[in-house]
Amino acid sequence: MSWLTPEVIDVIIAVAKAVVILLAVVICGALLSFFERRLLGWWQDRYGPNRVGPFGSLQIVADMLKMFFKEDWTPPFADKAVFIIAPMIAFAAMLLAFAIIPVTPNWGVADLNIGILFFFAMAGLSVYAVLFAGWSSNNKFALLGSLRASAQTISYEVFLALSLMGIVAQVGSFNMRDIVDYQAQHLWFIIPQFFGFCTFFVAGVAVTHRHPFDQPEAEQELADGYHIEYAGMKWGMFFVGEYIGIVTISALLVTLFFGGWHGPFGILPQIPFIWFALKTCFFIMLFILLRASIPRPRYDQVMAFSWKFCLPLTLINLLVTGALVLAAAQ
Amino acid sequence: MTADSILSIAPYQPDVQPVIGELNQRFGADVFTVQTTRTGMPVLWVAREQLVNVLTFLRNLPRPYVMLYDLHGVDERLRTQRRGLPDADFTVFYHLMSIERNSDIMIKVALREGDLNVPSIISIWPNANWYEREVWDLYGITFTGHPHLTRIMMPPTWEGHPLRKDYPARATEFDPFSLNRAKQELEEEAARFRPEDWGMKRGGEHEDYMFLNLGPNHPSAHGAFRIILQLDGEEIVDCVPDIGYHHRGAEKMAERQSWHSFIPYTDRIDYLGGVMNNLPYVLSVEKLAGIKVPDRVDFIRVMMAEFFRINSHLLFLGTYIQDVGAMTPVFFTFTDRQRAYKVIEAITGFRMHPAWYRIGGVAHDLPRGWDKLVKEFVEWLPKRLDEYEKAALQNSILRGRTIGVAQYNTKEALEWGVTGSGLRSTGLDFDLRKARPYSGYENFEFEVPLAHNGDAYDRCMVRVEEMRQSVRIIEQCLRNMPEGPYKADHPLTTPPPKERTLRDIETLITHFLQVSWGPVMPANEAFQMIEATKGINSYYLTSDGSTMSYRTRIRTPSFAHLQQIPSVINGSMVADLIAYLGSIDFVMADVDR
Repeated sequence: MSWLTPEVIDVIIAVAKAVVILLAVVICGALLSFFERRLLGWWQDRYGPNRVGPFGSLQIVADMLKMFFKEDWTPPFADKAVFIIAPMIAFAAMLLAFAIIPVTPNWGVADLNIGILFFFAMAGLSVYAVLFAGWSSNNKFALLGSLRASAQTISYEVFLALSLMGIVAQVGSFNMRDIVDYQAQHLWFIIPQFFGFCTFFVAGVAVTHRHPFDQPEAEQELADGYHIEYAGMKWGMFFVGEYIGIVTISALLVTLFFGGWHGPFGILPQIPFIWFALKTCFFIMLFILLRASIPRPRYDQVMAFSWKFCLPLTLINLLVTGALVLAAAQ
Repeated sequence: MTADSILSIAPYQPDVQPVIGELNQRFGADVFTVQTTRTGMPVLWVAREQLVNVLTFLRNLPRPYVMLYDLHGVDERLRTQRRGLPDADFTVFYHLMSIERNSDIMIKVALREGDLNVPSIISIWPNANWYEREVWDLYGITFTGHPHLTRIMMPPTWEGHPLRKDYPARATEFDPFSLNRAKQELEEEAARFRPEDWGMKRGGEHEDYMFLNLGPNHPSAHGAFRIILQLDGEEIVDCVPDIGYHHRGAEKMAERQSWHSFIPYTDRIDYLGGVMNNLPYVLSVEKLAGIKVPDRVDFIRVMMAEFFRINSHLLFLGTYIQDVGAMTPVFFTFTDRQRAYKVIEAITGFRMHPAWYRIGGVAHDLPRGWDKLVKEFVEWLPKRLDEYEKAALQNSILRGRTIGVAQYNTKEALEWGVTGSGLRSTGLDFDLRKARPYSGYENFEFEVPLAHNGDAYDRCMVRVEEMRQSVRIIEQCLRNMPEGPYKADHPLTTPPPKERTLRDIETLITHFLQVSWGPVMPANEAFQMIEATKGINSYYLTSDGSTMSYRTRIRTPSFAHLQQIPSVINGSMVADLIAYLGSIDFVMADVDR
């Protein structure tokens, strides 16, 4: 077994870790549909799915069986190639973005030194899913949905990136592990970068098209918008893709602003994964709570909020951070 | 006229009115034929040539008849008892309403079969448009000068005019229905929207418009309602509402049901209104029969009607907030509705459609323990309403979505025949329970909630406050429920009080006839309007001295409210339309009947 050098073993282990992490993310995303429904039910004075398996926990199996066996219908008036690519992008983009997240000191898919930039690239790509889906469906509701999506994405991507530049300026690196280490040594970024956190959170919700930024779907207005023509597993990929987006954004929030795998005040460093998972779950809950609690603003109000409030706030935050970093350096 | 120019609504004065003098003075007494009815308003026949003049005069009087409340037709050809009335094969009637006088007038025009046309009056009241289309659709009477006289209730390919007396009412009188490929394509083609038919352009100078077909199946269309939007981006340039998908021919059915057996059909007109729908019908029949019901009946009826007002408003509140995008409150309001249904079910035995009022009374007396159930509900609801207001209605996103959206003023509201909360949210204090008390509402203390902007938000807030007032009314019923019989002692009470039937043969025979054949109402016309859940709902009944109604005209508020949509929403965005539709509070059964 001469080819099995220690380097190759390292590669195999790294690949295995990557596969485990990404699979875990996908499974989490799928399970989220069940948890979201149960949580919503709990908050809304009703049961939610509670019939399949103990406490309804096998609901997801039933849903998946249904989805797999549904006719995978492509409308005859659709642009076939683009129609098929769209859900793949929706599924893949946010999943790939998770690659940069360090789960524990030893676990993580990729340790890129341009980690944050890679996330921005993936977030930028994910809008093509909505655009392609809306355009290729050849349906007016879908088209309106994807128009909204493109307008919304342009507005929110602008400060999505800028809101993290404060962190980058303070740490001096785009690398996620550097950012986590920096927080362990100094303060968690939620305090010095509070406004960065606020705007990034808003932009993060917008990137995942979750309520109240679900303008492209807006069930009440556009009757599900861009994925109105999708059915079966293609629709399922959009669906799971959305939950993967939630997991990714939540994990990013934890990594960037809440010290990643570290516990508060350095307590219990033996359980890094538990800390990471707990904090991530908290943000996932927050996403669901948002959906349960607030109405949807009108699409022009969403744009106005972005350009007139979030963008200036981000810029001010960046300026102040920059000034402080310069002052500290001198 | 604005809301401010009316300080108070005059006391309601039926029948004898100065307007007849004013009309006689202007046109001469020989122009009019006065018909005596039990409608509670003067009914005047005029010749077709004079119609537009008379209506214009009434519209422009001092203290004018601002609202075209109703417009419809009657097929007079089989009517036997019409002594003293002008010869007519068909009649078109115009029911006008004056807010300042707080009274109505009905103008009728007699038409001969060979010459079925009348001038259109859209230039006087814009809301005549749909009514005239409906009369054309169902009677085949042409309105000359109407810009778009097409079918509105029936499909565009329909043959015949269903409300005519020679048009069969039973499915068994037709050939069996079949649908083949060719026919289906024909129907689909006929339903296709062509902008040119409506005087719309497909594009402007630099852009093409998108025509978006919203409905009849759409999550926010609140039933089978279709509206075609002409869009420039997301801005609505123009729109065409299309109704008729829920048409079941309730008015036609009324002509072959006994006076008694039609009651369950009324429940299904505004299907959220339950027994509230029975009320105008039975009150109207009681006017024909000359029945005065005991106090206990009035109280029971008011209490149950207010329960259904709350129930309907709760559904409105939940779906309205949901239309604006918040998913949770609707589940809570349905919990409250369940609480209300618990009481309703205990008292009437049914939930949505109890059909519980009877001619001359109600179906049975209140069950033992009813007061405890009602008390529980009365204590439960106000707390919940406060919660909704705090958690959902004061939310800044919701306010941002609805304040200033789909706004209209009192003048526009009256022009389009808007009634109910939509009218009161513009600041006009016009609630029939106060303005024209019926069924004993004058005995209750409550306030009429008003708002002033007439936008989507105000319409909602008015309804929330109305629920609080309904709770007050129910509380008063609970405290002051009079003792006494639950049925009037009158020969036409249907079914008659059962106790005596077993002792005396006369009553047994009456009971048998009324239950099997149905009661015979004296030939006359009667009318009753009530403040229903969604606006003013009324039944205009014509009896020809038979066991069945000769003509039942059901005027529903939602019909008028939907007709108003284009005048309010053009220039807004799609999302505003959804908030607006939610704020109208309509159900399609109430539009199409």
